[in-house]
Amino acid sequence: MRRILAILLENEPGSLSRIVGLFSQRAFNIETLTVAPTDDPSLSRITIATVGDDKVLEQIVKQVNKLIDVIKITDLTERAHVERELVLVKVLAMNDKSRTEVKRIADIFRGAIIDIGKQIYTIELTGDADKIAAFIKTLSYETEIVEVVRSGCVGIARGEKALKV
Amino acid sequence: MTAKLYTGAEMVVKALSALEVKYLFGYPGGSVLDIYDALFQQDDVEHVLVRHEQAATHMADGYARATGEVGYVLATSGPGATNCVTGIATAYMDSIPMVVLAGQVPTTLIGDDAFQETDIVGCSRPIVKHSFNCRRLEDIPNIIAQAAYIAKTGRPGPVVVELPKDILMPTHKAAFNIELDVQMRSYNPTVKGHPKQIKKAVKTIANAERLVVYSGGGIVLANAAELLTELVETLDAPVTNTLMGLGGISGTHKNFIGMLGMHGSLEANKTMANADVILALGARFDDRVTNNVKKFCPNATIIHVDIDPTSISKTINAHVPVVGLVDIVIEQLLAELKETNFQKNEAALKQWWQQIEGWRSVNSVSYVPPAEGGKIKPQQVVEAMYKITNGEAYVCSDVGQHQMFAAQYYPFAKPRQWINSGGLGTMGFGFPAAMGVKMAFPDSHVICITGDGSIQMNIQELSTCMQYGIPVKIISLNNRSLGMVRQWQDMVYGGRHSSSYMESLPDFVKLAEAYGHVGMQINTLDELDSKLEQAFAMKDRLVFVDVLVDEKEHVYPMQIRLGAIDDMWIKKGDKA
Repeated sequence: MRRILAILLENEPGSLSRIVGLFSQRAFNIETLTVAPTDDPSLSRITIATVGDDKVLEQIVKQVNKLIDVIKITDLTERAHVERELVLVKVLAMNDKSRTEVKRIADIFRGAIIDIGKQIYTIELTGDADKIAAFIKTLSYETEIVEVVRSGCVGIARGEKALKV
Repeated sequence: MTAKLYTGAEMVVKALSALEVKYLFGYPGGSVLDIYDALFQQDDVEHVLVRHEQAATHMADGYARATGEVGYVLATSGPGATNCVTGIATAYMDSIPMVVLAGQVPTTLIGDDAFQETDIVGCSRPIVKHSFNCRRLEDIPNIIAQAAYIAKTGRPGPVVVELPKDILMPTHKAAFNIELDVQMRSYNPTVKGHPKQIKKAVKTIANAERLVVYSGGGIVLANAAELLTELVETLDAPVTNTLMGLGGISGTHKNFIGMLGMHGSLEANKTMANADVILALGARFDDRVTNNVKKFCPNATIIHVDIDPTSISKTINAHVPVVGLVDIVIEQLLAELKETNFQKNEAALKQWWQQIEGWRSVNSVSYVPPAEGGKIKPQQVVEAMYKITNGEAYVCSDVGQHQMFAAQYYPFAKPRQWINSGGLGTMGFGFPAAMGVKMAFPDSHVICITGDGSIQMNIQELSTCMQYGIPVKIISLNNRSLGMVRQWQDMVYGGRHSSSYMESLPDFVKLAEAYGHVGMQINTLDELDSKLEQAFAMKDRLVFVDVLVDEKEHVYPMQIRLGAIDDMWIKKGDKA
């Protein structure tokens, strides 16, 4: 089952390598990983999307928590949460028809065209993993996809619950 | 008045002295020469020069295991640091508090593949509790204090501190500030067991009819042996120790049913298999204990007490998990037993012990003495060793058959008396570990029990022993073979002795003498006791006792691969 883990840790050199090393050392999966400092620059927040059964997930959470740099870890998928990922898609837009179709699809998915070349449109879109997959699939029916870059997902709990020190 | 200023190297030594470090085990080299210069100019911290950095880590490890204090190592960058890797991994697997100070090339050269540059923090990352890349000389004292704090608290373990040369040199100086009362927002190990879990545990214990206490190295690390004994006596429960937990309760205590696991006693493994409640204290259900996890004690309710949450339900699911320091949790359990007015279920206990006595009567840990004039059995050497030292020696083991024979035939009365590499199984560990123990307890008998294979993995330390006067007793069960490998080849590989036979052994007696020590060989049973006595009588000399033993002897009992915990070979061709 797919899970999204949010980790708050000390923003120190080597902290990220310890997390990544732990996953490979213990044969845990990483589907996506994002990392950036928080509003407090001494802290980093990592979001990891992973897959595993309950037993594996319990070990992942415990093992990550055991790292000295880690302050908190939470499984966002345990309760109501919001998940977002950013994708940039570069597509061929060779003629009027494909330009109109690409624009229409971008509008329907509430994406934005952020760069135009002679024969290229670049579209930006945010959404959860399902929406992004649907968007890329729909685009591929109408034109040729040149390049896709995904940020990996970030997530936050709904309501009052917050991951902070 | 302005504060006195110190170089980075002086700060390293001053920090160690502030932490009351007695011994620093190490080996000099380019990147740490400034630290060696600072060490030369003071008397607080004594440096012990080894002959190979791996031995420095094992010496520090042995010192830590025997005393309960942190062991300290100093190595230079590159090969000095990488030579420490096996020792760090050994300490990591057995949860031993250790701080390794490793030199590094100057910060300006890091990443350039400079001379003697390796990323030791990267190399050691999977085998340390934590590590530090020190980059500013002002940070040195507090990083060393934090390293020591992390190493010894919670579940202990090794910590690596990387020190680049340019922050150690006399060109830069700063004020020395150290906070010995370490506080970290990201590291606050749990100490007490959750009260609800304690209540649940005691309820489960009180309702048990066939309880067994399964205790491990955590008891030794937490100095909880007396509390464990009190708990076992309160419950009148059978208690088994893991290889790492031996001495956690006296080996001659009436409730002690021996070591469990691969080469454990039949009664220990049978008791586990038939228990309705298993109380696991500071043990981690290692694969050398459980055998096939799918067949592991399916009918038992498992209470698992451990300081490390990752150890709980990792291999075997725990029904009542309790996270906390095992000494404090036992105190809590004892208080709750008293609170709830616990009464022993005498009828059930009587039946349970009757069953256990039945398994005990098989006498599974036994051997057939040699016929008149036959080769000495390795077990006889351990028994003789036990007799001569009154069971009071520190026994430091290498890895192999001799390790199992020592574990089976030397009943340890006290914790920390038995020192071995249980988790990693590091050949070459025993001798330097014994040296570390002897430095901590110069007036006690310290034995390195080893074999002709293991001893050659760190034999160069005979030289260190001569330099510092470390009179350990090396007792080598010489079977001209890698005995444990040979045993598996006999049992599993059709008797094909692939690379397990040592065809060109040195003359160990002459070798010991070449280093300036005493060497002796024992060939026959009738000289075993007298020569061992002679060896132990030479209190101020290192004696290397080369005992020629029967190379055909196997370690029994032995779990049958992929079977349940109590599926065992009792002796050749004889299953339980």
